[in-house]
Amino acid sequence: MADLPTTAVDIAAAVRAGEVSAAEVLDAHLAAIDAREGEINAFNLVLADEARAAAAAVDARVAAGEDPGPLAGVPLALKDNLCTRGVPTTCSSRILEGWRPPYDATVVQRVAAAGAVAVGKTNLDEFAMGSSTENSAFGPTRNPRDPERVPGGSSGGSAAAVAAGFAPISLGSDTGGSIRQPAALCGVVGVKPTYGLVSRYGLVAFASSLDQIGPFSTTVADAALLLEAVAGHDPLDSTSIDAPAPSLLDQLDRGVQGLRIGLVTELMGEGIAPDVAARVRQAADALAAAGAEIGEVSVPAASYGLSAYYLIAPAEASSNLARYDGVRYGLRVDAPTTAEMNAATRTAGFGVEVKRRIMLGTYALSAGYYDAYYGKALKVRTLIVRDFEAAYERFDLLLSPTSPTTAFRFGEKVDDPLAMYLNDVCTIPTNLAGHPAMSVPFGAGADGMPVGVQLLAPALGEATMFRAAAAVEAAAPSLEEAWS
Amino acid sequence: MSDRLTRDDVAKVAELARLVLTDAELDTYTDQLGAVLDHAADVAALDLADVPPTAHPLPLVNVLRDDVVAPCLDRDEVLAQAPAVEDGRFRVPAILGEEP
Repeated sequence: MADLPTTAVDIAAAVRAGEVSAAEVLDAHLAAIDAREGEINAFNLVLADEARAAAAAVDARVAAGEDPGPLAGVPLALKDNLCTRGVPTTCSSRILEGWRPPYDATVVQRVAAAGAVAVGKTNLDEFAMGSSTENSAFGPTRNPRDPERVPGGSSGGSAAAVAAGFAPISLGSDTGGSIRQPAALCGVVGVKPTYGLVSRYGLVAFASSLDQIGPFSTTVADAALLLEAVAGHDPLDSTSIDAPAPSLLDQLDRGVQGLRIGLVTELMGEGIAPDVAARVRQAADALAAAGAEIGEVSVPAASYGLSAYYLIAPAEASSNLARYDGVRYGLRVDAPTTAEMNAATRTAGFGVEVKRRIMLGTYALSAGYYDAYYGKALKVRTLIVRDFEAAYERFDLLLSPTSPTTAFRFGEKVDDPLAMYLNDVCTIPTNLAGHPAMSVPFGAGADGMPVGVQLLAPALGEATMFRAAAAVEAAAPSLEEAWS
Repeated sequence: MSDRLTRDDVAKVAELARLVLTDAELDTYTDQLGAVLDHAADVAALDLADVPPTAHPLPLVNVLRDDVVAPCLDRDEVLAQAPAVEDGRFRVPAILGEEP
């Protein structure tokens, strides 16, 4: 790709100006996929023929003097829990293997309308439940920085696709950190928007009050470009916020002079690797040097976030996944009665982590335990919202690590659910509050693997969040610069 | 706060969730779910009598639209994805003890 632009912003500008063709940009990315996908396994499905047709259509529009849109000719990868009409959408689960949705997700329509070229459907932890992609029914994705390590999850394929140069941008979904944590572990940018900013229509549901679609990219500007393209009201999602989408690209040059940014003390101590915490402090120093006012802030209820999340999310999942019963789509395992067919289908179709969460949620919602578990967790959610409100009275943004550690090795945590769940301790409070947050790469840890710092904002605070993200990006040490 | 999750609890939950577990799976899940619920004991132990619950991050209201006919999914396209259909409907095995 020697002479071709590499970022989405540059590709779209060059394609719109007729300087490069969408077809040649696509060919370069398909060549990158051919060279390394066998090792990385970022995709459940590569859509080479469909992508060539989409790129040709973009080039035809440019030739006809039309503007294909803000993502003109930009290759893009889609997490395989986003419905694509006529194209298999598996959620990396046997229970949906071969299913071809009869409709497109709203975000899939929007990126296509903006001129993007979908190159494939990316691997994930089954039904987005996991932090490593080891729970995929189709084998794990490997971290492009070190294939012996996990890419994070659940959107591990979307993160790895961008980190490996298979596509400059991708879409994932984030229920408890599933965009931000893999972004941090793969060394790319990942954004969890405000709940309701991006339509969930056509996103296969995991935990409906927490799920949100968002972008991956190599630069903060590319994340802003993609989020602008997919955000905004959608009548097909009853939880979609009825307000204009924010303008983000024009925020990136504004600097951080006078912004008040609070370091979350609960997320900087016990359980956070010292090298990760040191990088976050270094990012705070860089923001201070750029003119921000840095302080420390306590969000006490954040320490209960993990427990509350692992009751609320499984409870919602146990309800959402009741629809996989062998009747309307996907797998059916035949049995003499419908009840036996339902059970046989679900037993054969779901993997161990999905079964674990369905049972946890069913238990938390069951008679006699509802008040002690699910009911209590909903009240803790209120405490988290209140504590964030108090923090945002003093600060415009908050800062923390994205993940407590850098990328871990395969098999290290997969048989210990609680250890795996602890990966999400820094990202979960945001989902419970419905707020936006993003991970920005900031150098490497002691093992040379990428570290992500997390910027958190109040609801609909994306514009300010992206301002600070641009400043963090500008100050970030390179991956090669040793941690000391 | 209840006692630790038992093997019988897990068997009951699996039945409610329409999952069939082997004896070995019952043992494994009893241990693993117990560990997660032990961690959640910090939440269960909190006195939150005066705190209202938050079920959702947005102050949701019902979303209504005018009652006019609009394009919707094609029935045949939807049924084409089903494991078994008959006369334009989803076909299932016997229910409620009927003879198949």
